Amino acid sequence: MADNESIHRRRKLVSSLMTALTLLCAVFAIVILLIILSYIAVQGLSSISLQFLIDTPKPVGEGGGIGNAILGSFLMTALACLIGLPIGIGAGVYLAEFGDNWFAKTVRFLADTLIGIPSIIVGIFIYTLVVLPMGRQSGLAGGLALAIIMIPIVARTTEEMIRLVPHSMREGALALGAPQWRVTLDIVMPAASTGIATGAMLAIARISGETAPLLFTALNSRFYNYFMDQPMASLTVQIFNYATGPFDVEHKMAWAATLILVGLILLINILVRYLTRRKF
Amino acid sequence: MQNKLSISNLDFFYGKAQALYEISLEIPERQVMAFIGPSGCGKSTFLRTLNRMNDTIPGIRVEGDVLIDGKNIYESGTDVVALRRKVGMVFQKSNPFPKTIFENVAYGIRINRIHKDKTDLEMRVEKALYDAALWDEVKDRLHTSAFGLSGGQQQRLCIARALAVQPEVILMDEPASALDPIATQKIEELVVELKKRYTIVIVTHNMQQAARVSDKTAFFMLGKLVEVNPTQKMFTSPDEKLTEDYITGRFG
Amino acid sequence: MEHRIIDQQLDLLRDKLLLLGGATENALHRAMRSLTERDSKLAREVLEEDKIIDRMEVEIDRFSIEILALQQPAAHDLRFVISVAKITPILERIADHAGSIADAALILNDHPEIKKLVDLPFMAQTAAEMLKTALDAFTTEDSAISREVILRDHKIDEAYKRVFNELLQIMIDDPTTTTASAYLLFVAKHLERIGDYVKDICELNVYLTEAAFIKHSRES
Repeated sequence: MADNESIHRRRKLVSSLMTALTLLCAVFAIVILLIILSYIAVQGLSSISLQFLIDTPKPVGEGGGIGNAILGSFLMTALACLIGLPIGIGAGVYLAEFGDNWFAKTVRFLADTLIGIPSIIVGIFIYTLVVLPMGRQSGLAGGLALAIIMIPIVARTTEEMIRLVPHSMREGALALGAPQWRVTLDIVMPAASTGIATGAMLAIARISGETAPLLFTALNSRFYNYFMDQPMASLTVQIFNYATGPFDVEHKMAWAATLILVGLILLINILVRYLTRRKF
Repeated sequence: MQNKLSISNLDFFYGKAQALYEISLEIPERQVMAFIGPSGCGKSTFLRTLNRMNDTIPGIRVEGDVLIDGKNIYESGTDVVALRRKVGMVFQKSNPFPKTIFENVAYGIRINRIHKDKTDLEMRVEKALYDAALWDEVKDRLHTSAFGLSGGQQQRLCIARALAVQPEVILMDEPASALDPIATQKIEELVVELKKRYTIVIVTHNMQQAARVSDKTAFFMLGKLVEVNPTQKMFTSPDEKLTEDYITGRFG
Repeated sequence: MEHRIIDQQLDLLRDKLLLLGGATENALHRAMRSLTERDSKLAREVLEEDKIIDRMEVEIDRFSIEILALQQPAAHDLRFVISVAKITPILERIADHAGSIADAALILNDHPEIKKLVDLPFMAQTAAEMLKTALDAFTTEDSAISREVILRDHKIDEAYKRVFNELLQIMIDDPTTTTASAYLLFVAKHLERIGDYVKDICELNVYLTEAAFIKHSRES
């Protein structure tokens, strides 16, 4: 007769060991995040001022800021959302509701591939397709590049979220005599809205952090620019420029801009969570 | 007593697998017909052939006739949307929409454009909630989420939703199986009340429930209709040995 | 066939009913003997033992209700419990009649014997046989036998008429026998009633086995 007592003790030991191991991993992840955030905060906080937030970049020693970069990032992200969200959500709905054929399977596979492609390739693609024919870099090209990055992410998360809506809810609507398209529009979409919004938010957060595709497409600008057909500044490219500059004061400003970027993404997060909080 | 539904020689296939065999059954108007039988006997599948809910499943095939008021609903050219409006359905798990209580009931009215104006819509919603014995419990919170209701209330909301489109037949697929005894009792009382105006077909695993609420009971097994009889006959002296063995708990 | 909890209980219920049936048969048998053998001690015993039968009746009632409430029988099971619950008070009433016969015996035994009690022993024997056969048929759920027993009841009815007329004649012929004759008439009436009760038991067995209601129909 094996010693039940000792087997039991060993099992308990292994169990606590495994729990401790996963806990350690979780702590590690959190600590890394906290270190990054606090480092950015410590480095960046000293350079932030109202002036910094509204000024355009100036030669070293004359101060300067990221006002035009914030505006540029905002405009290009807005354009990307305007194009990317409807197309992405629409494609996701198609994949989830009618996606049981070879075409949908192909689209799904391509979307997954597109998600995995390095964003710089999207930049080159838009460069060839838009920038070269137009003869110059522009906010439009930047926004398009961001939209292309956004679409597959939004499409796939939308699809997953719609698939999570219980079948019984659709049946309830069908049983009332609702046609399929109304069921999707009236019942399924609202039920999945929180999830779809979360997916959209993730995509926005992702494109807000993109630098590489903008380098080719929107380039940069030292001025406030409201026209999408002109080269446009963006936070990420501005950070890149400051960070690669030779002067310490520039590095400081890069940290400050980074802090602003992280803060903005956090703000978007909170805002979307608030707007899509469970109303029903 | 007139027959509202008349089913003859109905076969049902999921792909190659046959799920129902040669079902013939008359369902009288303004009565409650209960379907009983062990799990997987085809009673739910059969129920769902009566408003063509099975159409949403790919690869199914139906042979035979289902006549409602003498008209075959499997005839080509049947308006399935109109059919489902006429033959409402309440499901096993309550499935309110992610909307307010009011909008849940209003939904069917809106999509079928039954109402004349806003006041008419409100009256119809109130009537449906009243008929589903829910009005008093929700009248002060019509514009709050339907998910805030208890399980039993949600199920009665689903019944109200079905009533709102003025059906003639109501199919109920184990409507109380997920509810506690009090909520179950309310649903049962409601069923008995509703049969004054509607023809009701109810699938249930709970034989006492079938005994309590139904006028006629049909017993299914392995995709076949074994016996159909008035409920009091079914539970005191069924014709078939198989029925007797099932309702006295010898199997199933 | 799976083993069901309710089966045990139904078996127990049947046993309880058969015990009551046995006690009732016994009471009837001994009451008649106390009369024919002029044994007042036996008559008093019968009256004493009626209390036991009353207790058995209460126990079966209680148990039937318990099965209905807790096991919720259906179909044949339901008909069985209902039949038992309806047969029980019938048996108890038969036993009461036996007690009344014993009462009469106590009084009759103080009077001179009248002409071998006319046809009363025949009536008693027929009633006792019918009761035994009815209970056996219930146990075996044989409705054919029950239907046959129902037909036998007319023998008792006819005997009752004969006894009635005969006793009337005896009273007219010899008025000193009036008291004894009157008591014998009671006994005859009790036996006639027992015959009717046995018929009720048989009808319940037909209900149990065939789910048919034959009471108050042409058949009964």
